[in-house]
Amino acid sequence: MLTAFRNFSKYRYLLYELIKKDIKLKYRSSVLGVLWTLLEPLLTMIVLTVVFSGLLGKGDESFPVYILCGRLLYSFFSTGTKTALKSIRKNASTIKKVYVPKYMYPLASTMSSYLMFLISLIVLVGVVLYEKVTITTAIIGSIVPLILVFFLTFGVGLILSVLDVFFRDLEYLWTVVLMLIMYTCAIFYKVESLKSITNEWIFKINPLYSLIVNFRNAIFGRPLDMYHMWYAMGFSAVVMLIGSFLFYKKQDKFILYI
Amino acid sequence: MPENIVEIQEKPKKKKPKKKVIEVTGLGVKFNMAEQKVDSLKEYFIRLVHRKLKYKEFWALKDVSFTIRKGDRVGILGLNGAGKSTLLKVIAGVLKATEGTVTVKESVVPLLELGAGFDKDYTGAENIYLYGSMLGYKREFINEKFDEIVEFSELGDFINVPVKNYSSGMRARLGFSIATIVDPQILILDEVLSVGDAKFKKKSANKLKKMMKDGVTVLLVSHQSEQVRQICNKAIILDHGRLVDSGKAEEVCDRYEESYINKK
Repeated sequence: MLTAFRNFSKYRYLLYELIKKDIKLKYRSSVLGVLWTLLEPLLTMIVLTVVFSGLLGKGDESFPVYILCGRLLYSFFSTGTKTALKSIRKNASTIKKVYVPKYMYPLASTMSSYLMFLISLIVLVGVVLYEKVTITTAIIGSIVPLILVFFLTFGVGLILSVLDVFFRDLEYLWTVVLMLIMYTCAIFYKVESLKSITNEWIFKINPLYSLIVNFRNAIFGRPLDMYHMWYAMGFSAVVMLIGSFLFYKKQDKFILYI
Repeated sequence: MPENIVEIQEKPKKKKPKKKVIEVTGLGVKFNMAEQKVDSLKEYFIRLVHRKLKYKEFWALKDVSFTIRKGDRVGILGLNGAGKSTLLKVIAGVLKATEGTVTVKESVVPLLELGAGFDKDYTGAENIYLYGSMLGYKREFINEKFDEIVEFSELGDFINVPVKNYSSGMRARLGFSIATIVDPQILILDEVLSVGDAKFKKKSANKLKKMMKDGVTVLLVSHQSEQVRQICNKAIILDHGRLVDSGKAEEVCDRYEESYINKK
C-alpha cells in the first residue's frame, strides 16, 4: 500500500502531463477552442427544449435547467467511459516500451473528461441565472452527485479498459449500452409523466439516473433523495472495487495482447 | 565480540566485490501463442461454444539466472528469437516474469526504441515534457535541462514542429537526448547505437563513452559480437530462451562466433 502510494507520487507529474495532453490536443485544431465545451451543451439543450418542451407539461420548473442537469452528467459519463475504454490500447506503443503504472492512462483520461465537465457547468450557472431559478442552501447537496459521478465513471472505465484489451469489439457493444443508459436517464422527460410505467424498476437500477435525480433536487432547492443517494454511492463503490481488482489482476497480461 | 573485530579487519584485505545491481534468478517468461488470435467477444463466444479455445504455450525465457554488478557492461548475445529483447523488457519493467525473480536496485533508463513515448501531434518541445514525465523526471528538472536537451538533439527551430513531421533520425535524436540527460545508473541498449547521421552517431557514441567512464552499468543486446567486444567486459549467450554461456566478453564472443556464426 505504501509503495503503491510512493509510486503514485513519483508519477504524479506524468498524470498532470497526460491530462494536459488530452485537453490540449482536443482543442488544438478547433477555432473556438475550449469555448466549444460550453457551446456544445448549450446548443443541445436548446434543441431538446424546442423539440420536447411539451413533454414536461406546465410545471413550475424550468425545462432548460431540467434538461441541462441530466444532459451534462450523462455526457460526462459517456465521454469519460468511452475514452477510458480506449485508453490502454491507444497507448499500446508506450506501454510496450516504457514502464509507467498502467492505471495512469484510464485515470488521466477520466480526469481530463471530468475537468471539461466541470468547466461546462458554467453553462448551467448561466442558464440557472437566465431562467431565474431560485437557489437555496440545498445547492450544497449537489457536491454529492458531482463527486459520485467521477467514481462511477472511473470504476466503469477501469473495467472497460481491461476488457477492451482482450475483446476489441467491446467498443461497439458499449455504444449500444450507453444508448440504453441514456434513455433510462430521463434526460428530457419526467418518469412520473410517463402514462403507464410498467418498467419502473429500470429507472431504479440505473445509478446514473439516481445521480441525475439528486443533482436536480439540489439545483431546484429540494433535499436529496436518500434511496437514490445510497444506491448511487453503493454502486460506485462496487464498480470501483471490481475495476481496481480486475485491473490489478490483469495488467501484467496487457502487453501480450496489445 | 572478537569474531566481529576479525571480520571488520578482514574486509579491506579482500578485493571488494562491487554492489549487485541486477539479480536474476530462475527467470521464466511464458507466452500464450494462440494459434489463431481471438480478440473479439463474438469470436470468443463462438469458440467457447465449439470448444476451440486452445492455447499453445511458449517459453521465451526459461531458467535464466545471473547477477550484474555495478559498472559491469554486459553484452547479451544470441540469434533472432533467442529471448534477448524479452529479457531486456523484463529488466526494464514492462514485462512481468512468469516465474523466478528479477531485482533491479537502481534507476533504469531503457533505450529500447527511441521516442516510443512520443505523441505524434505534440511538438518536440511538448514531447520533452511528456516523455520526461514518463521516465519519472520532475517538472523543475525538465525546465532546468530543457535547453540542454534541445541543444544536444540539434533540432533547432524544429523543436516547435509536431513530431509527426519529423524524420526518423530526428525522432531518434530527440529521444536519445531526453533519455540520456539524467545520467542513469543502468542503461539498456537495444541496438540503438546507430542513431541519426554520421555526425550524431559520433556524438552519441561519445556521450555513451563518457557515461561508461562514470561507471554506468550497461546492458547491450546485439547479435554482432564485434559490438560486444568493443563495449562490454562481460557477456552472456541466450539460445532458445536459455542461458547457455557467460563469462568474460572476449572469451564468450570467441565461443559465440565459433558455435553460432561460423558453424554453418
